[in-house]
Amino acid sequence: MPLRELNSALHALTAGSNDTEFKVINPRGSHAVAVGVDAPVSVQIKGSVGYYCAGMNDGGAITVHGSAGPGVAENMMSGTVIIEGDASQYAGATGRGGLLVIKGNAASRCGISMKGIDIVVHGSIGHMSAFMGQSGHLVVLGDAGDALGDSLYEAKLFVRGTVKSLGSDCIEKEMRAEHLAKLSEILQRAGITGVRPEEFKRYGSARKLYNFNIDNAEAY
Amino acid sequence: MSYHNPYTPPRKSATFDDYTLAEIRRAAATGIYDIRGAGTKRKVPHFDDLLFLGASISRYPLEGYREKCDTSVVLGTRFAKKPIQLKTPITIAGMSFGALSGNAKEALGRGATIAGTSTTTGDGGMTDEERGHSQTLVYQYLPSRYGMNPKDLRRADAIEIVVGQGAKPGGGGMLLGQKISDRVAEMRTLPKGIDQRSACRHPDWTGPDDLEIKIMELREITDWEKPIYVKVGGARPYYDTALAVKSGADVVVLDGMQGGTAATQDVFIENVGMPTLACIRPAVQALQDLRMHRQVQLIVSGGIRSGADVAKALALGADAVAIGTAALVALGDNDPHWEKEYQALGTTAGAYDDWHEGRDPAGITTQDPELSKRLDPVTAGRRLANYLKVMTLEAQTIARACGKNHLHNLEPEDLCALTMEAAAMAQIPLAGTNWYPGKGNF
Ligand SMILES: Cc1cc2nc3c(=O)[nH]c(=O)nc-3n(C[C@H](O)[C@H](O)[C@H](O)COP(=O)(O)O)c2cc1C
Repeated sequence: MPLRELNSALHALTAGSNDTEFKVINPRGSHAVAVGVDAPVSVQIKGSVGYYCAGMNDGGAITVHGSAGPGVAENMMSGTVIIEGDASQYAGATGRGGLLVIKGNAASRCGISMKGIDIVVHGSIGHMSAFMGQSGHLVVLGDAGDALGDSLYEAKLFVRGTVKSLGSDCIEKEMRAEHLAKLSEILQRAGITGVRPEEFKRYGSARKLYNFNIDNAEAY
Repeated sequence: MSYHNPYTPPRKSATFDDYTLAEIRRAAATGIYDIRGAGTKRKVPHFDDLLFLGASISRYPLEGYREKCDTSVVLGTRFAKKPIQLKTPITIAGMSFGALSGNAKEALGRGATIAGTSTTTGDGGMTDEERGHSQTLVYQYLPSRYGMNPKDLRRADAIEIVVGQGAKPGGGGMLLGQKISDRVAEMRTLPKGIDQRSACRHPDWTGPDDLEIKIMELREITDWEKPIYVKVGGARPYYDTALAVKSGADVVVLDGMQGGTAATQDVFIENVGMPTLACIRPAVQALQDLRMHRQVQLIVSGGIRSGADVAKALALGADAVAIGTAALVALGDNDPHWEKEYQALGTTAGAYDDWHEGRDPAGITTQDPELSKRLDPVTAGRRLANYLKVMTLEAQTIARACGKNHLHNLEPEDLCALTMEAAAMAQIPLAGTNWYPGKGNF
């Protein structure tokens, strides 16, 4: 089935539709697979995909049984996207809701400009992740690369391993009871067992760049 | 005879003029660069430096008011299933809710709708009022992605991917804390009262190869219905236009350096980008080289003020134009009616540009509920519609005088240039000659 037919069939679904299970075989790295889904449908993708798979997903449960190219689940509104393999750059970029689970590693800029999405990465993430993150949670079971959380707003970051370096205005913060509770809820939603929230450190915004001040100019 | 030392008047430096000196003192006192709204204030070669030749023996004119001179334009004919049909080639440029009040956005929608043209959202997303009052609404897809969502993408009539703006090619935006009301904050998913930076680059693509895939994704999400525009600031118009076409754009929006902005550093507005006049021919050349002129439409903006400017932009090869600043002035921005209040703000009507501070006496570039109330969206919308109609009529008047039965039939041969600079930039012969700099072996 060509891409156009797949996406238009997915868009034709309404809340009461009977077709609620889609299987995509041999995607062969196609771009924009299952984008703009706006119904509670399940899409199983057997193989690796290119750019922007599950882009703007709003309510679908989309699983990639392979790896995903750049911008997977970009601007997701709601629903779940699971990547069994690795994800390239900008995974979950600008996402506004829903849950993105990456079972392998994610490359640079994971969660860039995130606006409410929850992202869980089993492996490690690359540099500049959560850059300008506004809201939502980024949970990393492995390590984080350089400049984590640069220019962060209110997104909350949890890393279990090491952080190579923190970006401007990003600091380690105290893990309070409410954060532990939220983290364990996210881990549970992501189906992760055998990992305790206490093993993570929390990072967030120092909020020093929130209003312009010339004496912070080196940080901009 | 005794010698008197004659009086020598004090001499001020041309390099360090009063304005420059004041800026040095301001920087020293405040420690911050000047942020302001509007476009460049310096004089650059512009449409004023071109004239139409009109008709004579070799060309015959069309009768004003009697013989038809069509002004309609269709945008997005290349790939979109539902191209945009407009009655006039003058569109309203993207200006954000946040920078502008809700009433101002509504007035823009109303005015554009009466005149049969489109209006455009901006950084900060689409409001229901704006959608409701705009018959044809272009939805901007910006680097910040504030408020971006698939429902609004689907209820838009076209999508405009903003790569850059003429006022600040290569720069992002800044909405200062004082303009972040509860509603603006919520639409942008950010805390109230903090400065909001809009990124200068898209978060999930870089370069033309990625852009091609991004455009494909947006088409897939919207089932190939909507025209997709790509907006670039006037930097390298030949290559930017060619790359936008190569990436699959239906429409290229090209914004020259005079283009307005809601808030940017003055140093950026005044020193980065190319004049609108210099941008058009290279962009048209790129379209022609790719055999895409009139297949991919070109919208030009940056300092369009009158029907003459519209006609000149079209004669140079544009399909349509967009206006920002002029539309705000039509609504009532910088109106002498509020002179006392402008003076209280340390400025004067016509010079007020602290749009980022949210204290606009005219109630346009503000989120203050009391000030916003001063702008009645119905009356202001009517004023904008009048202005759009006048401009359209002016452009028609010129086109008829040049013997054209459609604005799109205006051509470079209808023009001459008043200055060497304009001749060179627009590749239009200097008046009285058949030569422009760069042509031939001079
Ligand atoms: C108040 C204001 C807000 C603007 N906001 C945006 C915006 O959100 N996105 C954008 O692409 N351009 C924005 N612009 C630029 C306009 O879309 C347009 O490029 C410019 O105003 C055209 O030049 P003109 O003002 O000389 O007509 C804004 C301009 C103004 C005056």
